[in-house]
Amino acid sequence: MKTVSSPLGPRVRASVSGISAVFATLLGLILVTFLIGRAMPVDPVLAIVGDRATPDVIARVRLELGLDKPLLVQFWIYLQHLAHGDFGTSVMTGQSVLADIAQYFPATLELATAAIIVSVFVGVPLGVLSAARAGSRIDAVARIVSLMGQSIPAFVLALVCLLVFYVKLGIAPGVGQQDVAYEGMLTPVTGALVIDAAMDGQWDIFRDALAHLAMPALMLAFISMSLITRMTRTFMLDALAGEFIVTARAKGLSPMRILWRHAFTNIAGRLVVVIALAYAALLEGSVLTETVFAWPGLGQYLTRSLLNADMNAVLGATLVIGAVYVGSNFLADVTYRLLDPRVK
Amino acid sequence: MNIEVENLRVKFASPSGEVEAVKGVSFRLGQEKLGIVGESGSGKSLTARSILRLLPSQARLSSDRLLFDGIDIQSADEKTMRQIRGKRAGLIMQDPKYSLNPVINVGAQIAETWRTHRGGGRKEAYEATLELLEQVKIRDPRRVASSYPMELSGGMGQRVMIAMMLAPDPEMLVADEPTSALDVSVQAEILKLLEDLVAKRGMSLLLISHDLPLISRFCDRVLVMYAGRIVEELKASELSAARHPYTRGLLECLPSLTRPRTRLKTLERSAAWSA
Amino acid sequence: MDTQLTLTKMHNWRSWALTDTPQSRRQATIGMVYRAWLQFRHNWLAMTGFLVLLVLFAFAIFAPLLATHDPNSQDLAQRLAAPSSAHWLGTDQLGRDLYSRVLYGARITLGMAALIVAIVAPVGLLVGSVAGYAGGWVDRVLMRIADVFLAFPRLVLALAFVSALRPGLTSVVLAIALTAWPPYARLARAETLIIRKADFVSAIRLTGASAPRIVLRHIMPLCISPVIVRVALDISGIVLTAAGLGFLGMGAQAPSPEWGAMIATTRGFILQQWWVPTIPGVAIFVASLAFNLLGDGLRDVFDPKSE
Repeated sequence: MKTVSSPLGPRVRASVSGISAVFATLLGLILVTFLIGRAMPVDPVLAIVGDRATPDVIARVRLELGLDKPLLVQFWIYLQHLAHGDFGTSVMTGQSVLADIAQYFPATLELATAAIIVSVFVGVPLGVLSAARAGSRIDAVARIVSLMGQSIPAFVLALVCLLVFYVKLGIAPGVGQQDVAYEGMLTPVTGALVIDAAMDGQWDIFRDALAHLAMPALMLAFISMSLITRMTRTFMLDALAGEFIVTARAKGLSPMRILWRHAFTNIAGRLVVVIALAYAALLEGSVLTETVFAWPGLGQYLTRSLLNADMNAVLGATLVIGAVYVGSNFLADVTYRLLDPRVK
Repeated sequence: MNIEVENLRVKFASPSGEVEAVKGVSFRLGQEKLGIVGESGSGKSLTARSILRLLPSQARLSSDRLLFDGIDIQSADEKTMRQIRGKRAGLIMQDPKYSLNPVINVGAQIAETWRTHRGGGRKEAYEATLELLEQVKIRDPRRVASSYPMELSGGMGQRVMIAMMLAPDPEMLVADEPTSALDVSVQAEILKLLEDLVAKRGMSLLLISHDLPLISRFCDRVLVMYAGRIVEELKASELSAARHPYTRGLLECLPSLTRPRTRLKTLERSAAWSA
Repeated sequence: MDTQLTLTKMHNWRSWALTDTPQSRRQATIGMVYRAWLQFRHNWLAMTGFLVLLVLFAFAIFAPLLATHDPNSQDLAQRLAAPSSAHWLGTDQLGRDLYSRVLYGARITLGMAALIVAIVAPVGLLVGSVAGYAGGWVDRVLMRIADVFLAFPRLVLALAFVSALRPGLTSVVLAIALTAWPPYARLARAETLIIRKADFVSAIRLTGASAPRIVLRHIMPLCISPVIVRVALDISGIVLTAAGLGFLGMGAQAPSPEWGAMIATTRGFILQQWWVPTIPGVAIFVASLAFNLLGDGLRDVFDPKSE
């Protein structure tokens, strides 16, 4: 007789090994950004202080960075700085890069989170329905929508949306997170305007922020929905072909129950991983879409830093986005193991 | 309860035209244990599943008569079928690792069957689950109820399947190769268990297998299928008097300890059998 | 008389290709490809993708012949003109013909995609096969490296990479290639793990073949078909990433008619002369869509169960 092992044991062990993999990846990421920073044909010091700094500043920064020391020592110094949250100072804004990131990141998170919520609540049921009625018209529609979302570049869709909904139809407000009239009227708590306005009870700001959030979020949702719907459909088709579905039918269960309680629970774990992937892709894609919508998030910060050759800012933002990307994938993996008893 | 099947045909569309997997099968099933024996591809599984209309979506079913206790299975709507499935007839399949839902613990799966057809709250269902697990001779029902299918051995899994299908107290059970995935020693136990429970509850049993001696031991009547047709129908006790060359061939291929032979016989197929 | 002869020849070739007993490796390979083609042909969506791609590649290759104007010649009197018989797709803010620029842009985009694939697929295939065949610490180290690169955010990293080096096509190609190879390594490794247990591998080893020979001549060729499917599915994403990098100014520099860069420089005109930034956008979309359709079709033929 097989002994029943505690379901938590092996899974916790697997998660721990996952953590070490995550650290390896993060270390790799830090190493790559470090190397990029040092491998530039431009003098890294000038990249940090700008070409208008005085010789003393240049000398001081050179000493700080330890550029005279061997590469490995430089890396160690870099790691120590990072551990203290010191990403350096931004040439562009004059503040520390970390402060900049803290200021701009919430807007990106607000947009990405709004988009992912929509794409999950629309995309998952669509994928489930699509699989349940494979070959039907709704299935064809879902697959076409998926295909479109997969093939269109986000920044092109953003421009088209602006053109159609703002210029031609006039139903969307202009670009930006809020109307100029409302700027600065709210003290940021979470950094997400919609939440902050609601918490503060300022409903006109709330409505305005929501209106500005709607188009970018829906547009991004359309793109991430392409992945989520497609994977939901594929996973569901796979699950519905299982023998246990015949058993469920033989038990006389209703089709709804078979679809959701039996088939869907089989794919929930894998789906979480896909959703995390989509979320991470949204964060990453913010680089492209925020410029179009003048959305004051980390993506726009990164692109502006690029234009200004502000290396500290570029690398700092890259590292943060990269870390969140890696972290969210890891969290998704952990959730998957918790949801699916089959994974060892 | 009785089942009447007349001229049952199951067809599949294929790139080279329509393929008939079941070619006009007719039989009756009453309060008895009926066995269907045949090799892979003979259509025995499809025949059995047709009674519960649990065929794959690409299959086309047709018949002159397909009655479950007077209810016309062929034209019944899904709602009617759902009242037959589970409640009046159960289905046990070959490998519990695949036929049980891998992400739900087995206790919950059994309780689900019980609650769907008997109604009642969670607590009642749990008590009933434990009792059912005891009936299928599982010694530690609480532990097994909280296990997942992949944590159970084959024999345990089949016991769970049986418990699950018996929960709504059906009149009939279809067992599709219930022991084919099990060790020989466990096979006998499971079949004996099935036999006892079926007898105690006064149920009918439709047992499907490729194992002729097994069928002959546990069933009252035997149907021999080959290439989508029934080639012979006889009482299990009269098996040795079989007349169709296929059945005879099968019997003669069986190695025997009491009558050892120098050369094992092989089956020589004739095209006439699938005509 | 002539058509009769050709038909017979074709028929003979068909039976030769589809025979159950190929006489040479070449015949077997040709037969396999032909069978896959016959199956592929049934999928009209995939065929559409394939034909569109043929057209796009033709545009790219024959751009000098098909273009109506020099893509870089400016005509400030004709700035932002609407599509007309003189300029089939209109002109941009410097009076350059959009149709010709899109044609030449196809060269850049498709060329980049082809180059990236040419780097990434063989490298990934080699690394994966070696890892799978060698096993042990070689496998672990290689796969750990692959995992690290796999977990990197491709766009952002490419951005940082390109920003440090000189922006341009080579940087974009390298940057994308760096993060694109791991899936192929994993794929090749998975296949190799299965193949290396096969009897024929033991047989070849018995005849004294060296490990590199076994990997290169026997195992890698068998990994090619899943890699091809994966490539086809990946290319659309690569095209989008490359266009994105171009949009951010990291790719081909002005006045080069790279589609992403074209959109970036003209996006201010979306409000009035909307076709100027939109047309290159449509081009990117069409290319990506075609690759997606092709990829889906190939996957259905070679590996219908995977996703």
